[in-house]
Amino acid sequence: MKNAVGRDIPESLLTGGREVYQGKNYMDGRYIQKAAPYTRRCETPRESKLTESIAKALKDCGAKSGMTFSFHHHLRDGDYVVNMVMKSAIEELGLTDLTIAATSLGAAHDPVAGYIEQGRVIGIQTSGIRGRIGEVVSAGRLKTPAVIRSHGGRPRAIEGGEVHIDIAFIAAPTSDCMGNCRGIGGKSNCGSLGYAMTDAKYADHVVVITDCLVDFPNMPASVEAIDVDSVVVVGSIGDSRKIASAAARISQNPRDLMMAENVAKVIASTPYFKDGFSFQTGVGGPSLAANLFLEKYMDERNIKMGWAIGGICGPMVELLKKGKVGKVIDVQDFDLDGVNSINQTPGHFEMSASQYANPANKGAFVNKLDYVVLAALEIDTGFNVNVLTGSDGVLRGAPGGHPDTAAGSKCCIIVTPLIRGRMATVCEHVVTVTTPGDCVDVLVTDYGIAVNPTRPDLAACLDAAKIPHVTIEELKEKAYSLVGRPDDLEWEDQVVAVLEARDGTILDVVRKIKPYT
Amino acid sequence: MEILKPAVAGTLESSDAQVTVEPGSQGIELALTSSVMNQYGRQIKATVLETLKRLDVSNAKVTVIDKGALDCTLKARVECAVFRSCGASGGNIPWGGAVR
Amino acid sequence: MIPRPRPERFRLRRTMMFMNAQKPGLIKDAYIYGCDSIMLDLEDAVAENQKDAARFSLYHALKTIDYGDTEVIVRINGLDTPHWQEDIRVCVAGGADGIRIAKCESAQDVLTVEQAVETAEEEFAVEKGRTLLMAALESPKGILNAYEICSASERMFGVAISGGDFRKCMQTTPQRGGVDMLAARGQMLLAARAAGIQCFDTVFTDLDDEEGFQAEVLQNKAMGFDGKSLINPRQIRFVHQVFAPTEKEIIQAEKILLAYREQSAAGVGVFTVDGKMIDIAFIPGAKRTIQLAKACGMYEEGAL
Repeated sequence: MKNAVGRDIPESLLTGGREVYQGKNYMDGRYIQKAAPYTRRCETPRESKLTESIAKALKDCGAKSGMTFSFHHHLRDGDYVVNMVMKSAIEELGLTDLTIAATSLGAAHDPVAGYIEQGRVIGIQTSGIRGRIGEVVSAGRLKTPAVIRSHGGRPRAIEGGEVHIDIAFIAAPTSDCMGNCRGIGGKSNCGSLGYAMTDAKYADHVVVITDCLVDFPNMPASVEAIDVDSVVVVGSIGDSRKIASAAARISQNPRDLMMAENVAKVIASTPYFKDGFSFQTGVGGPSLAANLFLEKYMDERNIKMGWAIGGICGPMVELLKKGKVGKVIDVQDFDLDGVNSINQTPGHFEMSASQYANPANKGAFVNKLDYVVLAALEIDTGFNVNVLTGSDGVLRGAPGGHPDTAAGSKCCIIVTPLIRGRMATVCEHVVTVTTPGDCVDVLVTDYGIAVNPTRPDLAACLDAAKIPHVTIEELKEKAYSLVGRPDDLEWEDQVVAVLEARDGTILDVVRKIKPYT
Repeated sequence: MEILKPAVAGTLESSDAQVTVEPGSQGIELALTSSVMNQYGRQIKATVLETLKRLDVSNAKVTVIDKGALDCTLKARVECAVFRSCGASGGNIPWGGAVR
Repeated sequence: MIPRPRPERFRLRRTMMFMNAQKPGLIKDAYIYGCDSIMLDLEDAVAENQKDAARFSLYHALKTIDYGDTEVIVRINGLDTPHWQEDIRVCVAGGADGIRIAKCESAQDVLTVEQAVETAEEEFAVEKGRTLLMAALESPKGILNAYEICSASERMFGVAISGGDFRKCMQTTPQRGGVDMLAARGQMLLAARAAGIQCFDTVFTDLDDEEGFQAEVLQNKAMGFDGKSLINPRQIRFVHQVFAPTEKEIIQAEKILLAYREQSAAGVGVFTVDGKMIDIAFIPGAKRTIQLAKACGMYEEGAL
């Protein structure tokens, strides 16, 4: 069945009331029945929940084959916890048919690919999939199609009972003996624990894994002891060098800077650019550099940013400290400047993924956003964006908060070079639609700017500010004139991943790629 | 042209291609790897073969490691490797003739 | 094949950006940054054993890439190397707009290059005289011979100083305020103006010294340079900003040209604008101001 972005979704996936993508805000006003976890009472007072090993904690929580384990990705490429838990569950306890529901999976989790190939892990639910896991899933080795959700879609699916977490594993930079966790104060600090919060509230069992046990009570706690079954202390939960880089530096690449400058110009030309405006930007080269140029326009007009959200890093903390942004609400930190600022700098707050981006709740921050600046692997002439599959059709990306912020914001700007090597970023059809075109407003490339025809109001703003813009078709033709028209990828029938829109409808599927011959 | 000795041109940097030519006796034996194989493998192969044909190379082992090079770069690297293999890359290149 | 219009000998050349002709990732679209001229380099940026490869890359870049309004100049290797003749052949065959003669020291150097260019134009059936020339002065001798170099050929559109080599010859290093090259810059400017060609300043290589760069550009403008060579696209914007005319200058130039149009039709040679006496000597300057203003996007709906 064709959905609103023209993707053919196999009927076999449309069971149990699942629908194909119908367009932005289609689910608005519907009622949902929230799921409730099945949890154990800890009524008898006890001194501690410390448990000697992960294996013991698994047994205490009744771990068995067929269960779903959840993880957060705040430790990013430095994470040790997913591998530790899976190794224990599979190699020590002999469990099989497991599903991993993670907020993201990356190169740190290559060993999981082996468990997929052995058939011990049969399900993957994540918002990012990279490295070996992406390769084996793309090769059709996972028993069930992977489910890819946005950062807002994930808590929506958990709260609505579409994902039931049997045991949530919380990697915690610090915890006390009862399981009050924080993302700071230890040796593997990650700052915000926003992605772990919904998991802790909705999982049947919660196991905290920390490498820094601190005195009770560890306050203010991001994950609270009232939800935690066991606490396991290990030598190290991650490689701190890969958790948060020293400082996210603003790109010096002239191409990035040129695009960033144009992004700021576009923003400054629109009516939402007024005192108190709200903003989110990615940490990619041109997106982050947009901060720099935006600041100039803010000074020029003598206005301040009201609040900023998202993954946070140094440059945004800087703005906060300079008083140029009122509040920073933080679901994840990308560098030590962000980590060291959260809950320390006045105005720098932590939030859960649900509060950040869940479209089914009543007040997600993304829905109050004025601007978001985002990157793309590909964008097609329908303004549909792909941030998940590479040009070879292999899973190696992450929708993250991309679809949520694009849909919620008043002005979503995609910034990307027109071509990367021989790949046309602006193309006729993206390999996979991860953010639908009806949520994307402006495209800024190194070869020109295009405005979505659904936003004549923004086109008029650019005209008034004398910012030249062209049609996205022209940009696509320019790209193809440089790199040639790509051959279509060839796919097998087998669906290896299902991509949900933020509202839970099916936006696209990824099939098994036919090898080049 | 006849491939007299092994020669290499180009680098493994992004947007470049490294082309190696070696003497051969069984026509053109092309080994191609590319970072954009699925979408451009066919076109890269065609460009390399056309370029060799224009240079009148009929027997060679040709190895191309492509890192997303545009066609103009591929041509330049193939030509340079071929002229190098004949010791003729330094001057009197037939610009606009066999090289075009 | 991208057809390119015949190069204009005197056009706007505020910024000339150097690009290694051997780097495919760089040369494919250097024009997007909006510099007036791109300088594809076969000389210092290219290692001795890659000179051949750089020419193949250059040829196909020139033939394939649509540089639009951006001028494409190639810096060839010095006349004391075994490379310059083949460099000229590939430039002409590829249709480069101009050639920059490295380490030029005499009018004879210009004539030697011109001869080779003419031979190449014949060989590749390129319109005779199409390929422009400019000279880079890199030694005291070059500076002392600046006037004969500047006036050596009808193809010459400009002259530039190359600070790196020049400072070495003079046993000095870059100085804040530019005293190290003050005499050379002045002498070259005098020669260029006397010969009626353009004059360009050297590159500023310390990308971390934003302040020093800006001071140098302001000085360039004050001294009367037409433009500057650049090593990074990040430098373009400031140069264009500095070389842009002021609002007042634009209004004045517009008045002069409009008055001239009117008065010359009536046969009057000397007239006044805002109480100031104007004659034909003011016209080229006013035209240059309007041309600059147009290039800077400051004069779109004017009367001229």
